[in-house]
Amino acid sequence: MAVLLALWGLWELYRWTWVETGWTWPFPVNDTTLPHLHTIFGALGKHTSAGPLLITVLLKSVWFTAKEAMIGFAAGGVVGFLLAVGLVHSRLAQRAFLPYIVASQTIPILAVAPMVVVWLKAGWQSVAVIAAYLTFFPVTINTLRGLQSAEPRAHELLRSYAASRWHVLWKLRVPASLPYVFTALKISATASVVGAIIGELPSSIQDGLGGAILNFNQYYSLDPASLWATNLIAAALGIAFFVVIVIAEKIVVRRAPVPVA
Amino acid sequence: MTVVTISGLTKTFPRGNVTALQGIDLQIEPGEFVSLIGPSGCGKSTVLRVIGDLIQPTSGTIEVNGKSAHRARLDHDYGMVFQDSVLFDWRTVAKNVALPLEMLGWERARRKRRVEELLRLVELQGFGDHYPWQLSGGMQMRVAIARALSFEPALLLMDEPFGALDEMTRERLNIELLELWRRLESTIVFVTHSISEAVFLSTRVVVMSPRPGRVAGIVEIDLPQPRTNDTREDPRFFELVTEVRELLRGVGADQHGSVLAEEPA
Repeated sequence: MAVLLALWGLWELYRWTWVETGWTWPFPVNDTTLPHLHTIFGALGKHTSAGPLLITVLLKSVWFTAKEAMIGFAAGGVVGFLLAVGLVHSRLAQRAFLPYIVASQTIPILAVAPMVVVWLKAGWQSVAVIAAYLTFFPVTINTLRGLQSAEPRAHELLRSYAASRWHVLWKLRVPASLPYVFTALKISATASVVGAIIGELPSSIQDGLGGAILNFNQYYSLDPASLWATNLIAAALGIAFFVVIVIAEKIVVRRAPVPVA
Repeated sequence: MTVVTISGLTKTFPRGNVTALQGIDLQIEPGEFVSLIGPSGCGKSTVLRVIGDLIQPTSGTIEVNGKSAHRARLDHDYGMVFQDSVLFDWRTVAKNVALPLEMLGWERARRKRRVEELLRLVELQGFGDHYPWQLSGGMQMRVAIARALSFEPALLLMDEPFGALDEMTRERLNIELLELWRRLESTIVFVTHSISEAVFLSTRVVVMSPRPGRVAGIVEIDLPQPRTNDTREDPRFFELVTEVRELLRGVGADQHGSVLAEEPA
C-alpha cells in the first residue's frame, strides 16, 4: 500500500516538475504524453464511443486474454516439464535437442505468431499456442536443472534400495526440482500474458487485451488515458498470474528456507 | 553362513589410473561389528560401496549372504547409512523413515505402524511430523538409522555416520547403536576415522593402508559386552587403542595416530 502511494506521488511529482520547469528531456510532459493518474483511473469509469463503460469493456477483454494465457501457460508448462523429464534421462538427447530448444527462443515471437495463425487459423487456439511457446522454455531449462539438483549421495541411497527409474524420478528428482520449477513458472506466468497479448495482434482478434491496445493506440492523441488504463489492466493480469503461482508454491513446496540459486 | 565374503578385491579408477584397493580379503560373520579404519585415501569407503554394489570392483568377488553383491542389493539385504544423513528435506521425519517401505510397496497402514515402532526404537517418538531441518545433527542421524533399519536388513553398512557430530553426541549415539545392534542381532560394517570409536564399537577392527588400499592388520577387540561408558576407562580399552594406533602409524597415518583428513568419496 505504502509503495503504491509512493509510486503515485513519484508519478505526479515528475509530472508537476517537468510541466512547471518546461523541461523537454527525455520528452515534453503534458496531458497527452503523461496523463494524471486520476485521469487514467477516471477513464475506467467513462463510457466508450460504443456505449458501455471502459471498465466493462476491459474486463471482458481481460477475461478473454486470461483464458488464452491460462490455456497457453498450462500447455507450455506441461510440455516444458515433460520435455525436461525426457531430457534428464539421456545425455545424448540433451546434446541433440537443447541447442534447438534454445534456438527456438531466439526467433522473435512477432515472427512466429503470424505463422501460427496461418497454420491454426485466427482464433484463441493459435493465441494459446503462442503463449505456450513463450512459456515452455524457462520451464524446460529450470526443470532440467532441478531434476539434476539432488546430491549424489541421495542417488546412492536410492540405488541401495534398488529403486526403479520411476521411483528415482518421483521420489527424488521431481521433489528436488520443485523449487526450480516454481521459479520458472513465475517467469512463465507473466510471459504467457505477454504471449497472449502479442498473439492477438496478427490474429486480428478484437475481443482481448491485444485488440484493445491496438484500438486505443490509434486514438492515443485524442484519448491517451484509455490506453494507459488498458496497460494498467494488462499489468494487473500479469501480476494476478504471478500471485497465483506464488500461492501455489507456498502450498506445494515445504522445505528448509534455503534460497535456490 | 558368512555374511560378507570379499576375496581378491581390487579397484582401479580409470581417471588418473589410481589403484584404490588391491587384493583385499575379508570375511564377516553374522553378528559381528567390524570397523574399517585407515588414513584418508585408503579406500575404506570404497570397500563399503563395493559391498553395497554401489560401485563395481575391477576384479575379485564379493558375496553377501552367499549371493552376488548385485543380487543382495536387489533383495534389500542391507541398509546403508551415510555420513551426511541424506534426509529429504521435503519429507517429514516419518515420511523419510518410510521411504524404503514405499518402494517395497508396503501399504500405508503397515508403513505407519512400522514407522512408529522405529521412531520409538531411536527415541524420536513425537518427532514424526517434524521436518529434518528442524532437528539437531544427532537427531537427523537417528532418523537416517531408523530409515536404514526400516525393512529389517540383517546387515548395516555405515559410512562414517557420526563423523560430522560433536564428541558428546557421538559417544551417546555409539552406545545407542550398540544397543540396537544387540537387540536386532544384526551385522554391522562401520567405516570411521576415529580409533577410539572403532575400538569401542567393534568386535573386530580392520586397519587399512593407503595407496593402494590394503588390509594392514586386523585387531580382535575382546572387550566384554555389553559396552558402557565405563568401557572407555578400561585399561584393556587403552591397550587396544594403542595397538590400533601403532598399526596405523606403521601405515603412514599422522603422528597423533588419528586420521582426521576427509577421504574423498
